[in-house]
Amino acid sequence: MSEHKIDLTVNGHRHSATVEARTSLGEFLREGLGYTGTHLACEHGVCGACTVRVDGVAMRSCLMLAVQANGSEITTVEGLAKPDGTLHRVQQALKDNFGLQCGFCTPGVAITLATVLEDNPSATTEEMETAMSGHICRCTGYQGIRRAIRQLAGEAA
Amino acid sequence: MNYHASSVGATRYVGERTPRKEDGRLLTGRGQFTDDIQLPGMLHIAFVRSPVARGRIVSIDMGVAREMPGVQAIYTQADLAAIPVQMLSFFFTPIESPVTLLADGRVACVGDPVCMVIAESRAQAEDAAALIELEIDEETPLVTIADAKTGALVHPDKDDNIAAEMGDEDMLEEAIQPLLDKAPHVVTHTIRHQRIAQSPMECRACVASPEGSGEMTVWMGCQSPHLAARYVAHALGMPQESIRVIAKDVGGGFGLKNIPWREEVAVVVAARLFGRPLKWIEDRFEALTASSHAREQEVTLTIGLDDEGKLLAGWSDYACNNGAWPMGEDANIAVHMFMWPAYKLPAYGFVTRGWYTNTMGLGGYRGPWAMESLIRETTLDKAARKMGVDPVELRRKNLIYLPDQPVTSNMGIEVTDITPGECLEKLVANVDIAAFRREQAEARKEGRYLGMGIATYIEPTGSAGAMQPMTGETVQLRIEPTGKIVAMLSTHSQGHGTATTMAQVIADRLGVAYEDISIFEGDSAIGAFSPGAAGSRQGVIAGGATWKATEMLAEKVKAVAAHLSNASVDAVTIDGGMVHVEGAPEMSRSLKELAEIAYGEPARLPEGMASGLEAQFRYQPPPMTMTSAAHCCVVEVDAETGFVKILRWVSAEDCGTVINPGVVEGQIAGGLAQAIGQVLLEDMPYDARGNPLAATFKDYLMPTISDVPDFEYLHANTPSQTIGGMRGVGEGGAIIGPPTLVNAIADALAPFGELGGEAGEVTLPLTPSRILDVIEQRNVSGHQAPAEKAVAAPVAEEVPAETVAVSPETEPAPATASIDGDWDMTLKAPMGGQTFLAHFDTEGTSLSGYLSAPEGRQEFSGGTFEDGRMKFEVKVDKPMKVTLKYDLQATADSITGKCKMGMFGTAKVNAVRA
Repeated sequence: MSEHKIDLTVNGHRHSATVEARTSLGEFLREGLGYTGTHLACEHGVCGACTVRVDGVAMRSCLMLAVQANGSEITTVEGLAKPDGTLHRVQQALKDNFGLQCGFCTPGVAITLATVLEDNPSATTEEMETAMSGHICRCTGYQGIRRAIRQLAGEAA
Repeated sequence: MNYHASSVGATRYVGERTPRKEDGRLLTGRGQFTDDIQLPGMLHIAFVRSPVARGRIVSIDMGVAREMPGVQAIYTQADLAAIPVQMLSFFFTPIESPVTLLADGRVACVGDPVCMVIAESRAQAEDAAALIELEIDEETPLVTIADAKTGALVHPDKDDNIAAEMGDEDMLEEAIQPLLDKAPHVVTHTIRHQRIAQSPMECRACVASPEGSGEMTVWMGCQSPHLAARYVAHALGMPQESIRVIAKDVGGGFGLKNIPWREEVAVVVAARLFGRPLKWIEDRFEALTASSHAREQEVTLTIGLDDEGKLLAGWSDYACNNGAWPMGEDANIAVHMFMWPAYKLPAYGFVTRGWYTNTMGLGGYRGPWAMESLIRETTLDKAARKMGVDPVELRRKNLIYLPDQPVTSNMGIEVTDITPGECLEKLVANVDIAAFRREQAEARKEGRYLGMGIATYIEPTGSAGAMQPMTGETVQLRIEPTGKIVAMLSTHSQGHGTATTMAQVIADRLGVAYEDISIFEGDSAIGAFSPGAAGSRQGVIAGGATWKATEMLAEKVKAVAAHLSNASVDAVTIDGGMVHVEGAPEMSRSLKELAEIAYGEPARLPEGMASGLEAQFRYQPPPMTMTSAAHCCVVEVDAETGFVKILRWVSAEDCGTVINPGVVEGQIAGGLAQAIGQVLLEDMPYDARGNPLAATFKDYLMPTISDVPDFEYLHANTPSQTIGGMRGVGEGGAIIGPPTLVNAIADALAPFGELGGEAGEVTLPLTPSRILDVIEQRNVSGHQAPAEKAVAAPVAEEVPAETVAVSPETEPAPATASIDGDWDMTLKAPMGGQTFLAHFDTEGTSLSGYLSAPEGRQEFSGGTFEDGRMKFEVKVDKPMKVTLKYDLQATADSITGKCKMGMFGTAKVNAVRA
């Protein structure tokens, strides 16, 4: 199994590591660097729980290898809130609207919605719901997530 | 004792949409799930699973695998057997199938764990697992319930493939059929429910760390760390104190994680054997194909009605697929117990069976008895269509309303405060059905097919005291010397938000700020035994326990303050964490000041009062608390494609006192989304060779945001008889959701014909092609009724099946043998086998004796003994009054037969000489 040295930035912190070629980015973030907020739920790219932001793009970290992230800037759910603890507006909207229950799928949901809003701060409800269609949540029936999306779009939740 | 009671402080918390305490950590990636645990020296486990459904293990070649990098050990059942384990059901009764942690010589389903590889990383463990060569003599598997009825024995030591059986077949002819024959309207309806994979977002997970002399700390994805610890201790014969189970955050349970199962227990056993911390993280392929499954069942219900639409009699025949290794053999008696308590149906009978097959075993899933609502509510709608009456009117004629109570159901369930009728009225008052019917008629002219479905139900929640694990809840509450308020609870949240709701109760009843309260749960070292999230019970029982403990603590605070201020207790109030004395503002003290005195200067306390500011209460609620609801949904079916779009969904539920509407509605919504999945999308099919076919989330279709509409909620809030007045709400959406949606689809399709055809056999899920079967009145889906399903193609090099005998009728032995003396007797009761000592005395043909168990002894007399046939009756009071009617056949050294158990139907009886 070949090993490779990589350098990357996660939530503003620089990391260097040697990884096996086959290690997924999600596994590396969790076990190599301790960012356990990223959750691996299907490991085949369908459920969206492991979504992280790689160079501004929402990526499924189970489908990307750690070596592919060499030189990248990555944001995980741990990097969304401000250093003083103020929640990102996506996190706040999810909290305000009971948008999570068990919280296992939530990190991916938060990263996806934050990335949509990063690209377009005035994204519509429809655009955010379309992005959300790539995430599976087993607990909430998506009710609170949909209300959070409306709140983020400036509509009545 | 209800939510109208004013809060202690000025700020009200019970009934408010208070933001959840859990969200802060979960939204910022600071939760602690089992896979987040890393321990020094920890090794990783991968299981090797059977690729075939049935056969004898010929050889296991581990030679190459053992040489792989990082591999530390490979265990088979022969290794794990060094520590004896008795697998148990949720009721702590022994599993009746010969289940072992790893396969013991035979495999009985695809996914059966055969070997366990322990390596330095998960990837290395998986690499090695892939190189283990299993040679299995493959045999023809039994896959369907129909296969089980005619095929070779799944477990060669069993008499037949019936895993569990209840009901009284004779009752059909004797009591029910005559009533049906006289009924002017008779409707028969069949539902075939597909197999469901519970699919919590976090797959199963376990880390076991052996410590000290025989102690163990276990992190496990479970629904109650207390129950998991008790289970593991019981299964391994260890003191429970030596096991600590921690489950801070768990990514959904839904019944799958009710009890630890083979893999989790195997991890614990292997950690003891190997002496190192071990971690197993299930992957999604395993979760879908090799975690216990749920629901696969078939039921036919026949009801008779008079010309006014009043129910006269009902009969149902129910079967469910238990797979090879169920988490407890199950005939689902609860389906029959809870089918009719919300309705006036004078006579009901049933037969109900669970069948062993060579498929993954049956596990729990939100509302395991939910078929009672699905079959009843869809049959009622079918009757309404056939009779040309309004489905709401048909329900009004038969539903129980508050003035009808107390009333006892045909199965002996007494209801005293259910509100299914009231929920229906509330629903109907808020949905303009007449306007919908006009819209529906107009739409049909345009070739658009709208449908409305309505369903009502009741649900038993907060069960305590009738079944071994279903107990009360203990709350330990403390105002610390620092003034902080902490509560130690036995609750567990896999999304339930128990820290939030319990803190709301404390804030409300103590008069303190919600933010000042910390809840500690999710650890078997905290609190006392409770089964956690099982049976919609935590809001009811832990809520009541917290309510009462908080009032006890508030009384103590007031007594201390009154004593210190030389005031009367009635003059003391608590608000915002401050203790005030009426008319003496200078006497106001913070809880911190009071706590410092209560802990540090006990001499200043009233004579005889214990020091500190603590309260503990264990709440034993009424045995059962009923929740009621009525739901309505509106769909549009696309006649071209067969796609169903849900346009509207309204829930009118009565869960008594609502502690937090956001949490309650979250529970209802989650259950409804699962209901939508069951009716339209989810399916775990097996092929004829016993292969599970949905191996990824691309095959197993989970509902996404685009499949689920906005839900509307109406809360009825009739307080229950529990402390606080709560009623459980965890499972309801998954119970009432399916019939509501099926009824809406059937209504939309009415212009084309009956859903399921004239034969009335509805098969779930209602995929677009199955809906086109109705619209086009031809077999678009290619679906055939399972009764005609092709039997499994014979496997090449077939090994002759052990025996083909199903229900062998053994010849009665000569009746001369004496039966006098002691026998070990086993009764296959609804909650698992019950074993007791039976003593018989005969005199001529008269039979007397007693049945003796640790719980007590029941004498009987007046029985008969003729030609080896023993007939006698025993009256018991617990858990319910019932007369047990035994009809047995004896030989010199064995007795077999049946016991009629009143409402519980008929159970099989076996006895051997003691």
